[in-house]
Amino acid sequence: MDATGELDTGSKPFHFLTDELEAPPLSLGQLFWRRFRRHKMALGGLIVLFLLFLYSFGGTLFFSEAFANRTETGLRLQPPSSEHPFGTDTIGRDILARTIYGGQISLLIGLCAMLVEIIIGVSMGALAGYYGKFTDSLLMRITEAWLNVPSLFLLLVMAKFFSGKIPNFNVLGRSFSGSVIVIIVIIGLTSWMYLARIVRAEFLSTKEEDFILAARATGTSNFQIILMHILPNCMAPIIVTATLSVANAILLESYISFLGLGVQPPTATWGNMLEGAHGYIENAPWLLIFPGLLIVLTVLSINFIGDGLRDALDPRSRAV
Amino acid sequence: MTQYILRRLLQAIPLLFIISLVLFILMMNMGDPLATLGGRRATRPSDRERLTRQLGLDKPLYMQYLYWLAGDDWDQFDLDGDGIPESAGRRKGVLRGDFGMSLVNRGKTALEVIWERLPNTLLLMIPAEIVIVLGACAVGIYSALRQYSLTDHVITAASFVGYSMPIFFIALLSMYVFAVLFRRWGLPYLPTVGMFDPQEGKTISQVAWHMVLPVVSLTVISLASYSRYIRSTMLEVLSQDYIRTAKSKGLPRREILLVHAFKNASLPIVTIIGLDLPFLLAGALVTESIFAWPGMGRLFIDHLERADIPVVMGIMIIISVAVVLFQLLTDIAYAWLDPRIRLT
Repeated sequence: MDATGELDTGSKPFHFLTDELEAPPLSLGQLFWRRFRRHKMALGGLIVLFLLFLYSFGGTLFFSEAFANRTETGLRLQPPSSEHPFGTDTIGRDILARTIYGGQISLLIGLCAMLVEIIIGVSMGALAGYYGKFTDSLLMRITEAWLNVPSLFLLLVMAKFFSGKIPNFNVLGRSFSGSVIVIIVIIGLTSWMYLARIVRAEFLSTKEEDFILAARATGTSNFQIILMHILPNCMAPIIVTATLSVANAILLESYISFLGLGVQPPTATWGNMLEGAHGYIENAPWLLIFPGLLIVLTVLSINFIGDGLRDALDPRSRAV
Repeated sequence: MTQYILRRLLQAIPLLFIISLVLFILMMNMGDPLATLGGRRATRPSDRERLTRQLGLDKPLYMQYLYWLAGDDWDQFDLDGDGIPESAGRRKGVLRGDFGMSLVNRGKTALEVIWERLPNTLLLMIPAEIVIVLGACAVGIYSALRQYSLTDHVITAASFVGYSMPIFFIALLSMYVFAVLFRRWGLPYLPTVGMFDPQEGKTISQVAWHMVLPVVSLTVISLASYSRYIRSTMLEVLSQDYIRTAKSKGLPRREILLVHAFKNASLPIVTIIGLDLPFLLAGALVTESIFAWPGMGRLFIDHLERADIPVVMGIMIIISVAVVLFQLLTDIAYAWLDPRIRLT
C-alpha cells in the first residue's frame, strides 16, 4: 500500500480508506489470539492450568519427594491440620506433598500420551488419506477394529499385559515406576482412532487441491508432500484434538489407577491416590476430595481451552 | 437394502477376526491360569503339567487361537502324558458358540457366567439410559430455546463440569453426601453397596433403592455430552427455513417445537444412542465396582485379575459383536427415519 500518502487528498471518503489501510493486516497468530481471548472460559482455563502447573512443579521447592513418599503409620488418616493441610493418607503420607508430586506425573502422562496418540493417529490418518485404495481400506479396517472394543476394557487388558515388564528408571535423580511408561503407551495406543479419522478426512480433501498437484509436478517426493504441504494445512483439527486428548488421558489414567492397574506406588499420581479411598469415605473424605478436585480442575480447564481453540482456529469462522 | 446389509455383515467378519486375534494375543500374558485353577493352594507341579496339557497351553500360540476359534474336537490330544495323542478334544470353539469353561467358577461355561451377570447390568444401565436420554432432551431443548441466556450459560458451564469429572469422583461424592452425611444428619440415607440388603432379601423396593446412587452417577456423567449434542442439533434445525414457514403460518409454538423441530433434530440423536447402546452391555466398569453392583463390568475386573481368560475374552467378543450389530441397526434405523438417506 505505497499509495496511502497519495490517496490522502483531503476528501473524506479517502481519509476513511487510508485509516483503514494504515493498520497493518493481522497476522494469523494475532487473529488467532483475538478470537481466543474473547472466549472467557478458555482464558480462565489457561490461567487455571498455568496455576496447576505452577502448583505441581513449583511445589517441589517446598517439599522433597522423599517427604511425599515418607510413611508414618502413627499419623495415619489425620484430618487436615496446619501441619498437614490436606491431611494424611492410610499409611500416614502427607496428601499435600503427594498431590504436588502426583500432579507432575499426571500432567506428564497426559502430555506424553497425547504425543504418542498424535504420532500414531497422524501417521495412520495421513497414510490412509494420502495413498488411498488398499492402504486406506487396510488402515481404516484396523482403526474400526480398534474402535469396536470399549477403550476402558482394552486399557485394562493392556495394563495387565504390560504390567511389570518395564523396570523402574531414573530421570534427573528421581526414580520413576516403570508403570508410568506403560500407562503412557497404552493410553496412546487406545485413543488414536478418532484423530486418525479426522486426519484422514483432512488429507482426502487437501490432497485434491491444486497446490498439491503443483508440488507433485515439480517432483516433490511423497514424503515431503505429506509432511511439508498437506500436514500444515490440517493443523487446526489436530491441535484441538490433541488438547482435548490431554484431558482425556488424565481422566483415563485416573480410571486405570483407580482400578488398581495403573501407576504403581510409591510413585504418586492423582489417580492412584484415589485407589482405595472409597473404603474410607466415612472417616476420611479428604483422601478423595483433594486429588479428585485437582483432576476435575485440570480436565475442566483443558476442555475449556480446547473449546476456545476450536472456535479460534476454525478457518470458516470470519469473526475478528 | 438387503445387499447393503449383507455387505456390511461380510465386512464385519475380517473386523471381528482382527479384534479377536489382537485380544487373544493380549490374553497370553494375563497371569497364570493354572494358579487360578489351583484355588487357595499352590498348584502342584504334577497337576501343573497335566493341566497345561489339558488346556492346550503347551501348544504354539496360533494353534491355541485356532482351538479357541474353531474348537479342537477334530484333533487328538495326549492327556495322560505318555507322548501318544489318544483322546479327542471336547471344545467346540467360539464360532460354534463355545467360549470354554470358566476357570474361576468351576463347572460353569464362560457363557453361563456372563449370562448370569447380564440381567443385573441391564437392570442398572437401561433405567440410566432412559433417564439420560429424557433428561438430555429436556435440558438440550430448553437451553436451545434460550440460547445465550443466563440459564443457558449456567447449563453450559454445568455440563462442562459434568463432562470433565471422572465418574468415580461423582460417585464417591454422591456416596459421601447421600449416604454418609445424610446418615450423620439423621436423614433417610441411601445405601451404597450391593444390589440389596441381605437381611431384607432381594425385593423390588430394595433393588430400586440400591439403584438410585449408581443411576444418578451414570446420569450426571453422560447427561452433559448428550444434552450439548441435542442443544446444537436443535439450534441447527431451529434456524431452518421450514421452521420460519411454520411460524409464519401461525402454528402453535408447541407444535412447531415438538413436531417440526424436535422430530428432525432427533435423527442425529438416534445415531448417538444407537452407537452407545452396545456399551450398555459392558456396563460401567468403574460405577459397578464402586457400588459393588454384580454386573458385567465388575465381572470383567474380577476375572481379569484372576486370569480367567475364557470369561474375559467372552465379554470382550460379545461386546464387539454387539457394537458391529448396533452400528448396522443404527444405519438401518436412520435410513428408515429419514427418507432422504439411501443406503447403498
